[in-house]
Amino acid sequence: MSLKDVLSPFTAWKYVFRDPVTIENPLRDRPGAARYRGFHKNDPELCIGCGTCETICQNGAIDMVPAPGRDPRQGDSALRPRIDYGRCCWCALCVDVCMTKSLSMSNEYIWVDRDPDAFRFTPGIDSKRWDSAELGYHRPEHHRLVPEHRPHMGELEPEERIGSFAEIVDGYTVEQARAEADRCVSCGLCIATCPAHMDIPNYIAAIRDGDYRHGLELLYRTNPFSEICGRVCTHKCETVCAAGHTGEPVAIRWLKRHIVDQVPYEQYRDVLAPPAPATGRTVAVVGAGPAGLTAAFDLARLGHAVTVYEALDKPGGMTRWGIPEYRLPYDIIDRDVDVIRSMGVDLRCGQRIGGDVTLGQLRDGHDAVVLALGLQMGRATRIPGSDHPDVRKAVDLLRQATAGEDFGTPQQAVVIGGGNVAMDIARTLARLQKQAFGTVRVTVTALEDFAHFLADPDEIKESFEEGVVILDARGPQAVVIEDGEVAGLKTWKVKSIFDEQGRFAPSYDETDEMIHPGSMVVEAIGQMTDTALLGEDLTEKLAWNRGRLQVDAKGRTSEPWLWAAGDMVRGPDVVSAVADGHRVAAGIHAALTGKEDQA
Amino acid sequence: MALYTPDRSQYPAALPDGSLEFDLASGKYLKLWQGPQHPGITGNMSLELTVCGDEIVHARTHVGYLHRGFEKLMERRTFIQCFPIVCRICVPEPDFNEYCYAQAVEELAGIEAPERARWIRTLILEMGRINSYMMYLGGQAGSLGQAVIGQWTTYGRDLMLDRFEELTGARIYHMFILPGGVRDGLPDGFETRMEETLREIERIMADVEDVMFHNAVFKTRTVGQGIIRPEWIEDYGVTGPNARAAGVVKDVRKDQPYLVYPELDFEPVSGTDSDVFTRADVRRRDVHVSIDLVRQILARMPKDGPLMAKVPNVLHWKIPKGETYVRGECSRGEYGYYLVTDGSGYPRRVNVRGPSYTHAMALLEKMIVGVNIADVAGLMVSLHTYPPEIER
Repeated sequence: MSLKDVLSPFTAWKYVFRDPVTIENPLRDRPGAARYRGFHKNDPELCIGCGTCETICQNGAIDMVPAPGRDPRQGDSALRPRIDYGRCCWCALCVDVCMTKSLSMSNEYIWVDRDPDAFRFTPGIDSKRWDSAELGYHRPEHHRLVPEHRPHMGELEPEERIGSFAEIVDGYTVEQARAEADRCVSCGLCIATCPAHMDIPNYIAAIRDGDYRHGLELLYRTNPFSEICGRVCTHKCETVCAAGHTGEPVAIRWLKRHIVDQVPYEQYRDVLAPPAPATGRTVAVVGAGPAGLTAAFDLARLGHAVTVYEALDKPGGMTRWGIPEYRLPYDIIDRDVDVIRSMGVDLRCGQRIGGDVTLGQLRDGHDAVVLALGLQMGRATRIPGSDHPDVRKAVDLLRQATAGEDFGTPQQAVVIGGGNVAMDIARTLARLQKQAFGTVRVTVTALEDFAHFLADPDEIKESFEEGVVILDARGPQAVVIEDGEVAGLKTWKVKSIFDEQGRFAPSYDETDEMIHPGSMVVEAIGQMTDTALLGEDLTEKLAWNRGRLQVDAKGRTSEPWLWAAGDMVRGPDVVSAVADGHRVAAGIHAALTGKEDQA
Repeated sequence: MALYTPDRSQYPAALPDGSLEFDLASGKYLKLWQGPQHPGITGNMSLELTVCGDEIVHARTHVGYLHRGFEKLMERRTFIQCFPIVCRICVPEPDFNEYCYAQAVEELAGIEAPERARWIRTLILEMGRINSYMMYLGGQAGSLGQAVIGQWTTYGRDLMLDRFEELTGARIYHMFILPGGVRDGLPDGFETRMEETLREIERIMADVEDVMFHNAVFKTRTVGQGIIRPEWIEDYGVTGPNARAAGVVKDVRKDQPYLVYPELDFEPVSGTDSDVFTRADVRRRDVHVSIDLVRQILARMPKDGPLMAKVPNVLHWKIPKGETYVRGECSRGEYGYYLVTDGSGYPRRVNVRGPSYTHAMALLEKMIVGVNIADVAGLMVSLHTYPPEIER
């Protein structure tokens, strides 16, 4: 103790002469910092209602609630997060995990209200004064709690694959598949979008858990064509995947393929329960494509005796006769079909209905008949010269290519069309040219520009890699014929495809004319159904809708004994055909068991 | 040098088992509760005092007033969901919870936070240490009736909270250090504003030294008071400034270095007298060490580079079976997280070792006997305890 200890405390008096350090009006003069985690903001247009914020919130402060004036649509549940500030702890994990970056926080932190319920609100829907606040916490670009990129999948190099019809992609390894499955946030938007409503989040969870048998069981609950869909599905699920908004969508199709790749084929029977006891009812299915065989699979498992009639000598429909082998190897189709056969389905190939066996006979011999004819006839452009024998339909060529028939591979070919069928025939011709002549000379002319192309981006990319020339926004005008031989295709530049009412009415810039040389022109502009087997009387009796057979919600035509499913009803798409197969099978089962009202 | 001299003849008799016999009916002894709501108690705990005259002859500590069941809560939450919870285990210095938990998860998950994140973590921990000490100094002075120190240190702490706010987005519960790294880098101009803050805190600390430490009243009330004997350090598991003031130089930053401490130049502060004054003085000097560390970190930390390691999708993050103990030197001593995982998406067990557990219960009960009632608050504050970490 010293004199200093007595005197020193008095130095505190100097504070009497200092200005106060407090803020005069902190409610007004003290904005939160630039990354302050204040009240929530949400962009309702960007938000897709995936509910990942609700999942991660450890306080249960977020509830997904229907947003007024919004209807669910593909890729948007129309739910929006409602936040309860009686529970929120401002950790901002909801912002960090938000799949679209729609959720953020403002730097506002003062909110006075007498009503406690006011503090439960839906940001972006209930307008708040901080909705326009620029400052506040937004997820930094580098900060991710869900990986954004797919693992790289091995595939054949372009120069390697162009020489053969070998399958291009390798499929995921176990490690790659687990890493990819890990990226799924299990929001379920994909389930609503998938025509077959496959249980995607759960089969992806099965991959994470390494439980492939369970995964396969889940696949077969909604899709007996998982081998096929695992390779060539149009994967509408991926276009709505929540992960796709700020990263790459989860590779749902490849993950499905991974499951079927992992379970040894011999174990499939163990995974699938045996069919129900026989009901004594019989069903005939015409067409062994995805829709017909799915219906057959379901009906057989329900105990009905099913006979499938297929005109061609092998089953699979367009998956076999339309899709080239490099996308879908034929043995893969065989595996899916074999499982369906093992359920007791009597599959009769090479039996065209309308010949030895008529539709009337089927009607008399069965309790129900399903038409699943598919779209096997190519549409014609009807441009001048398109009746020349060297102007061919893509579906015909693809069928011949599958059958191994020689249709006279042209040295140079022009394809009309911009969809996946156009890509399929272009790439098939490219492979055949490479094998026959060593060079690829295929030109694809599409009505659409690249921004609105119908074919999958992967198809376009791979076509380019393989040396196919793709010209966008070119409208076919005439097939150029010289000396009786096809010499090429004349096209004009497309100005617009649809008129102001949205009807198909292309307009062209006639000054921008091109001649694409080629000794064969292939039309790939769409397909239609060959309904000749119906006969005139039945065709007359049946109700039609814009050239397609009209069916009710269960797939029944206007003739009670006749049902229809698949591409001929819904348009071309494998997984939609599968969904339709299920639908018609459920309808028939309900009709046959007298439980139609409950179906 | 206490002014009060106890009358030993007034002490109760000891029973054969060592406990004391109080005949409350005699009027000689009085039960006195200090807490759970009392200005002279640190946080929500309570002291059941038996006094004889002004002297404490027996004390029992009662905790449980703040039990929120954090450890059990975490067993029902995913690994990422525990991240917003842990900071609440110690309000004035929450960052050690974030660091220890994140580090434990990273160790068991086999990931390593990037270099830049490790520097920022160290920065945050030292910022938190300064804040914790500032709060303590105000409390220590206030417990002896000197309110002005608390006003000054609260101001200094508030400036540091401003820096926390701009760096982490929050003032108290920062929720910034998460498994894998940290949320973000330093905002633009942070170093300059931090330097201004450090200078202001240094100025405050100079005033605190003049008015609180060179103060006859403070010295009279604290020198020689509440001594922790060196042999108790190991017996009771005393760590941090409480141990260093007794001459036992324990500092996890030096003894089991973590983060970037091996690259920083500092010496743990220690004392010899082990009384209330020495403990306060050790903490006062430690503030300056931390200020120096913050400057070193800002000068030497990498300006670029990743802030988060690659973490799997946190929504279904499963961590292999394992266990680990992660420790750090917080302002009160050794802070630790013992984490057990069983391969599932949830922690099997999280045990938090808060230094207050060892300091505020058995040790306090032992130290408090023989003390004047008026000195109980000052003695208790000198142990620098935060009850939430006692009852996780």
